[in-house]
Amino acid sequence: MPGNIQSIERAAAILRLLSGRNRRLGVVDLAGELNLPKGTVHGLLRTLQHVGFVEQDKESGKYQLGAALLHMGSSYLDGNELRTRALNWSDSLAARTQEAVRIGTLHDSRVLIVHHVFRPDDSFQTLDVGSLQPAHATALGKILLADHPYVADELISKGLEAFTDWTITEPERLREELIRSRERGWSWEVGELVPDQATMAAPIVDRTGRTVGAMGIVGPRERLLTARKPRVELLSYVREAARAVSHELGAIPW
Amino acid sequence: MRERYVAAVDQGTGSSRCLVFDRAGRIVSFAQKEHRQIHPRPGWVEQDPAEIWSNVEEVIARAFKEANLEPSDIVALGIANQRETTLVWDRHTGQPVHQAITWQDMRTDRLVRELTAANGNVNVRELTGLTLATYFAGPKLRWLLDHVPGLEARAENGDLLFGTMDSWLIWRLTGRHLTDVTNASRTLLMNLETLDWDERMLDMLGISRSMLPEIRPSAEVYGEATGTIAGIPVAAALGDQQAALFGQTCFSAGNAKCTYGTGGFMLLHTGERRVVSDSGLLTTICCRVGEETPTYALEGSIAVTGSLVQWFRDNLELIASAPEIETLARSVDDNGGCYFVPAFSGLFAPHWRSDARGVIMGLTGYINKGHLARAVLEATAWQTREVVEAMTADSGIVLGDLRVDGGMTANNLLMQFLADVLDVPVVRPNVAETVSLGAAYAAGLAVGFWSDRDELSSNWHLAAQWLPNMEHSRRERGYRKWRKAVARATDWLDDDEEWSDARDGGPLATIPLEGGVLEPGE
Repeated sequence: MPGNIQSIERAAAILRLLSGRNRRLGVVDLAGELNLPKGTVHGLLRTLQHVGFVEQDKESGKYQLGAALLHMGSSYLDGNELRTRALNWSDSLAARTQEAVRIGTLHDSRVLIVHHVFRPDDSFQTLDVGSLQPAHATALGKILLADHPYVADELISKGLEAFTDWTITEPERLREELIRSRERGWSWEVGELVPDQATMAAPIVDRTGRTVGAMGIVGPRERLLTARKPRVELLSYVREAARAVSHELGAIPW
Repeated sequence: MRERYVAAVDQGTGSSRCLVFDRAGRIVSFAQKEHRQIHPRPGWVEQDPAEIWSNVEEVIARAFKEANLEPSDIVALGIANQRETTLVWDRHTGQPVHQAITWQDMRTDRLVRELTAANGNVNVRELTGLTLATYFAGPKLRWLLDHVPGLEARAENGDLLFGTMDSWLIWRLTGRHLTDVTNASRTLLMNLETLDWDERMLDMLGISRSMLPEIRPSAEVYGEATGTIAGIPVAAALGDQQAALFGQTCFSAGNAKCTYGTGGFMLLHTGERRVVSDSGLLTTICCRVGEETPTYALEGSIAVTGSLVQWFRDNLELIASAPEIETLARSVDDNGGCYFVPAFSGLFAPHWRSDARGVIMGLTGYINKGHLARAVLEATAWQTREVVEAMTADSGIVLGDLRVDGGMTANNLLMQFLADVLDVPVVRPNVAETVSLGAAYAAGLAVGFWSDRDELSSNWHLAAQWLPNMEHSRRERGYRKWRKAVARATDWLDDDEEWSDARDGGPLATIPLEGGVLEPGE
């Protein structure tokens, strides 16, 4: 292809590989995939890192897509922005369900809590915004994983940690659960992270239809469940609220 | 029995909204419509009263329709409104004689300076709780009488009616010419003690009583609505900030709330005590239910809060959206010694220095955009602390906690920092729509839908709480640096520069100007 700049083509190939299934690759992996000398790949990566398109993981030394690049894509949504857009809807969800509300996004195969509304009973509660929860043992995590299969794969490859006797630890069971969650458009769990606690969640999608977050409620199993199933009324409140936030994201920017 | 509800109309600066609440104070339905801002000249901001009335009718109809409500489902309608915005209309035809002059409008700047200079011995602050300023309704009414041909004569004939937005809506809804005490307290014409129009102020501004509305309590049945919502009792009216105070269930002395939007509005309930400020704060009246003993509040405004974040976004372009400032601010651990005093149009309460301009202090080679983002957010908290200290100095009341609402409460970093520098818990209620809720509460009380304030207090629930978590020495060191930065912002403008230049046009023309006339270098 005359006129094309080789180094840009190679940089693009690196970005494509990093946006693929593995997401995080070392210089050796990339050099092997691209059939290029390590030194060339390293030079390209250094430049990409400089402009913020890739980042190097401090622990493993591997490379992943950088925040600057994610900003440019429509799938990126700042967690603080998500909270701002969701504020009214999450308050109203807490008021209607009388339960605590949390909104989470995926962060390194865990759920980052970006918003928390207290259960409206004036008991002492502490904001847990900024904390990380395991994705496979929470409703928030399950609906997020359901729409990000490569993150689910990564999580499964690291091994599924058990928190209670009910935590799903077999990869196949988790995959089935994720497929079910995606099909019905909501997720739930009982006692998989904390005994006798239940959570249910629905996805928040942006205008391109991508899942950018999840919104759900947390409470004791006896309040959230009836006949071992999520209470239909609570579930519909959760789904309505998540839909309303999604609508908000597709509408006017603040 | 079918459940019944209270409706609230929030006639705000940018839009009119209707919210319907159930007995637990939860939002059942919501509709909103924006109206035009008319800028005939730099610094002038008008709105069309007819457009606003038709929008109010429309949002009420839409809110009812959305929740399938009939007028018979609604026990009462309450109004909260943008304060100080001034209207005059013909008593016989109902036609406005001019567009509404809004609270941000600066056209009375010169008039106010002349009034201040000519004022011999009327203690405006003692009588009205306010200062002579462009912000308030009285000078706007005087301007209309002076500048609209024939108006003065028609006023003398008794053909014209004056009102703030509450009066206009009540008149359209019920045909009665009334205002509530909280709105009347923003005209510069009402005596804060007698709660009646004050002869000395009427004399000063040359306004005849005949065109003024009757001052009524904030919560009582003013009349039944006519038209499409015929039969619904119109049972409350409040200025928006007083409505927010009521919606936050700040019912007794020592309760305080701050609403964080483009600017910040803080009100501290001082009970039955009418505190006259020595610190440049305003004294205002709280929601008055029926003929109960009036209660008062100190009000302090912070001109630049959210608008500084907007400036950071639009003028420096370091962030793409306002909420991203928190992400940027969290990229560093502290402000790196950097302080940002956003004295874009001078310093307001409690400093009152029109010769000040914004400064960023403590810059070193180490400072990056993350530190600047921190300094931008922290400016809101430090300014709040200054207002709180002024309130304590005036009233002797020490704050127990601060109830917050408004868009900036979504910013966790700011809310935590606010708790840290005030050294009191900062609490956010579950219903963020405190203005509408306050109007609904007042209307519901007036018709007995709710029995008393205790019942309303039990509806108030925490949605979030930030507890102070900063060492005393660090807090005081930070505050000391802030004050040094403020001192360096002053004495910037010189005598041969016009202090109001920067206010004409642009986003700064819309900042909430409290106290208005700044005494240069006092």
